[in-house]
Amino acid sequence: MSKNILSVKNITKIYQAKNGETIALDNIDLDIKKGEFVSIIGPSGCGKSTLLSIIAGLEEKNTGEIYLDGKKVDGISSEIGYMLQKDSLLEWRTIYNNVILGLEIRGIKTKENEEYVNNLLKKYNLYEFKDKYPTQLSGGMRQRAALIRTLAVKPKLLLLDEAFSALDYQTRIMVTKDVYEILREEGITALIVTHDISESISLSDRVVVLSKRPAKIKAIHEIKFDMQNRTPINCRERPEFSKYFDTLWKELDING
Amino acid sequence: MDNKNISADRKKYLRKIRINKITILITQILLLVAFIALWEILADAKIINSFITSSPSRILNTFLNMSDSNLMMHIGVTVYETIIGFIAGTLLGVIIAILLWWSEFLSKVLEPFLVVLSSLPKTALGPIIIIWVGAGTPAIIVMAIAISLVVTILDMSNGFLNTDKEKIKMAKSFNASKLQLLTKIVIPSNISTFINTLKVNIGLSLVGVITGEFLVSKAGLGYLIVYGGQVFQLDLVMTSVIILGIVAAIMYQSVVILEKIILREKK
Repeated sequence: MSKNILSVKNITKIYQAKNGETIALDNIDLDIKKGEFVSIIGPSGCGKSTLLSIIAGLEEKNTGEIYLDGKKVDGISSEIGYMLQKDSLLEWRTIYNNVILGLEIRGIKTKENEEYVNNLLKKYNLYEFKDKYPTQLSGGMRQRAALIRTLAVKPKLLLLDEAFSALDYQTRIMVTKDVYEILREEGITALIVTHDISESISLSDRVVVLSKRPAKIKAIHEIKFDMQNRTPINCRERPEFSKYFDTLWKELDING
Repeated sequence: MDNKNISADRKKYLRKIRINKITILITQILLLVAFIALWEILADAKIINSFITSSPSRILNTFLNMSDSNLMMHIGVTVYETIIGFIAGTLLGVIIAILLWWSEFLSKVLEPFLVVLSSLPKTALGPIIIIWVGAGTPAIIVMAIAISLVVTILDMSNGFLNTDKEKIKMAKSFNASKLQLLTKIVIPSNISTFINTLKVNIGLSLVGVITGEFLVSKAGLGYLIVYGGQVFQLDLVMTSVIILGIVAAIMYQSVVILEKIILREKK
């Protein structure tokens, strides 16, 4: 029994193109403990999203292994949820039919699971909108609906790929807080890719800094706030926040 | 709508819109009436030769005299051929577009051929079609299909290929099969592409049918037009063209109504 929910070992990714090959990821090793929130930051184009796609099983890797709860994962795992920048709600389906899409695709649309979804909708204030269409909802509500769609299939690990960057600033702060609280409440481990240093500090227990291409792990920072009931909003006011920001900023900038 | 709480400004605004709408409609009707009246007067006064231009009263007479003969039959034939060609062309086109979406290899292989076929004037295939399927209704329907098929394939497969990548990725993260991607994401994403294709196809099928009837038929509006031309009966030609215009408008409107029904179900 390992207490690491996710172990990424020696992941290398090489892109082949007509004019040569590009090493995107160079021997990435990463362990994530159960319940932990980990962010990955790095210069743009360094391959952070690629890493997430590989963990999600949506992209092939050249070398390396991925273990979820000690078991080797090959391809798409039913225990890993994936959230993208766009909410990708299907505008021809009602909110309810959108959030059960994963259950439908996986062929597990059982009574219990539907009840679970209904409870999630109630708990996170979307139940009364379940017969509405996505266009009738605000950006924040849509992102929450997208999160419930992901949670409906009960993943152990959630991957968030710039999941908030399409939202305007205020909505984004609120949605980040919502998502943070929902994931903590449901006890889900999260691996977050973002280009936003503040977001990474405010959300995570650890921040992983990747170097530019070929991406290696440059540093891993523990983020600790000396406070109770930390939320992504109130931790921004702590003095530690700006120290972390400085450290990460320099790391991204200097050797970029 | 709550009529009691409408402000004076809003009333004024709504009134303006209504008046504008009515003015446009009245002008349209006047334009039509003026055109018909002018045509009739000029023909009556022998300023234009009604043997060549026909005249509204002669067209009306032809129409009335033909109603007890077989005008309805001719209309029926054209409508029937158009609908069959339209349905077959659309269905076949959508099925082929799905195959092209399914297999990137097939799509790449067929691409240049489709481009050539799409720029080829399909009427040039007329003689070949007649020899292959015989001079009759089947040839006309094949002509209608030939004209609408390639456009359908290109438009639909273009729509399929441009389906939102993020939505596909989202579905894939749930381990969706290719069939599930097709039925749950790709096809529903392209309903509006499909409706546009229908609108284009109904017109194209009619073009195909009339062309086909010009070439081979013994019945239908296209036949009447050609026949009328050959025996120099401009009254018959004009009447048929006008009826054809009305038939085309009704068919197009049917697609518009169908669109409204589909969209209402979705909303």
